[in-house]
Amino acid sequence: MKKLSILFVALFVGVLAAGAAFAGNLVVNGSTTVLPISQSAAEAFMAENKDVKISVSGGGSGNGIKALIDGTCDIANSSRFMKDAEAKLAIEKGVYPVPFAVAIDAIVPIVNPSNPVKNLTTQQLQEIYTGKITSWKQVGGEDKPIVVVGRDTSSGTYEVWEEKILKKEKVTPKAQVVASSGAMLQTVSRNKYAIGYDGLGYADDKSVKMLTVNGVKADAKTARSGKYPVSRYLFVFTKGWPTGDVLDFVNFMQSDEGQKIVVKQGFVPLR
Amino acid sequence: MKEAMKGDILPRRIISGFALTGMAIMIFILFFLVKESLPILRETSLLQILGGKEWYPTYAPPSFGMLPLITGSVAVTLLSALLAIPLSLGLAIFLSEACPRLLREFFKPTLEILGFLPSVVLGFIGMMVLAPWLQERFDLMTGLNLFNASVLMGIMIVPIVASIAEDSLSSVPDDLRDASYAMGATRWETTTRVVFPAALPGILEACLLGVMRAVGETMVVLMAAGGSAVIPKSVFDAVRPLTSTIAAEMGETPVGSGHYHALFFAGLLLFLFTWAINLFAARIEARGRRWRE
Repeated sequence: MKKLSILFVALFVGVLAAGAAFAGNLVVNGSTTVLPISQSAAEAFMAENKDVKISVSGGGSGNGIKALIDGTCDIANSSRFMKDAEAKLAIEKGVYPVPFAVAIDAIVPIVNPSNPVKNLTTQQLQEIYTGKITSWKQVGGEDKPIVVVGRDTSSGTYEVWEEKILKKEKVTPKAQVVASSGAMLQTVSRNKYAIGYDGLGYADDKSVKMLTVNGVKADAKTARSGKYPVSRYLFVFTKGWPTGDVLDFVNFMQSDEGQKIVVKQGFVPLR
Repeated sequence: MKEAMKGDILPRRIISGFALTGMAIMIFILFFLVKESLPILRETSLLQILGGKEWYPTYAPPSFGMLPLITGSVAVTLLSALLAIPLSLGLAIFLSEACPRLLREFFKPTLEILGFLPSVVLGFIGMMVLAPWLQERFDLMTGLNLFNASVLMGIMIVPIVASIAEDSLSSVPDDLRDASYAMGATRWETTTRVVFPAALPGILEACLLGVMRAVGETMVVLMAAGGSAVIPKSVFDAVRPLTSTIAAEMGETPVGSGHYHALFFAGLLLFLFTWAINLFAARIEARGRRWRE
């Protein structure tokens, strides 16, 4: 037993030292939204393929794509599609990025459980986030101020919110900014005037209240059919068309087994 | 004689080597910071960065006004210093002048250990405990605000300031105290009129070190300051200092974009800020040395 653990430690150190260059090792970096899917998928994949070691880290979609372009990772997780500037830089550096959809993420507006408001339209959400609506009374709630909570402007979650709700309008500078999906949940669950938004995988109906948007409840069916207005695809990017272990892992994430992991992590599966 | 000198040369070279490496790293960091931040001046003017009130780095066209962020940094730093420094000095004087020795031997290490408390733990306390309490108690819009962050930051700099100020108070020679007592001065008079002035340069340095810590602190403000990029009008307004802006936004910023260079510029501002404080501290120290001689 002791010998085994020593072997394990040695193996671990070896993996760390060898990094991306070593065959049989996959390095995955990128979006923190995709991170839980990627991590469990890697664990399951490694359990089946003992000779492959996958190390997963989350530094944000932009960092992942940068790492892919720089050659420091094999797979970049991203909660948004690649930007023009990034694609251009990739081509310049001789990297042809190939996207694969792995899951669907629906973003839900959340409020404190004590808030009586149940539904908001995309129009109302836009006006709340741009600062035109400032009291819950204006949207059918109590005569209390609205505390707008948003994500940092470079998070993937924010980008989807910007695209689907703000529609390129500027978010009010008074909006509070939190740096993670977890922090968003904590902030809204502890402030009775707050409104925020989080991925379906992070939001729950216990600590916060999920609102319906335009009368549509966010769930797997409505997100996949496009009825629910605030949803997006989650991607992994590879360097050129993947081969070998990278291809196997991407296929695994899209397989039935991989999609089960997607569901388990609170996201919406592709089929 | 020569043998002895040989024995001196090796350690001297090793030590100079280490010192030079340290300096080279510092210069390299500075160079990197300047190199990555200057391209932003091609996109917008220095005046617009320092005086602009709108921080919308990801919009088209972007605006890189850092005034709210700079104000946020300054406000948190000043308020936390205001809260923490009187408390720290009181603690330092108590430890050095009034505390029984046994208690002091227990108290000072405890204080120093408190200084190692990870800031993320404090930030978490701010989010989970202090913020809801503040909101209930004062009926605020939000408990995550300037005051919350400053209190936590204060807790963080008290151990630093108190510990260094205590060192400087207890390094005042006992001769001075004895002389003061011999003149018939009370303990209070001795402490406030003799020991404290004699230790003043060291105490000021302690305060400045605390302030420097507060300027650069990131986690606490990221978690507890709220993060609104507006110039605060009251201590209960949410603020966003430079540090938390960098921490929150750098992760997903495309490398080489205007936003990326702007964040490096924010880092350069922080660097210049702490550097200025450092120079000031060095001047005070030099003056203090002149005093003592």
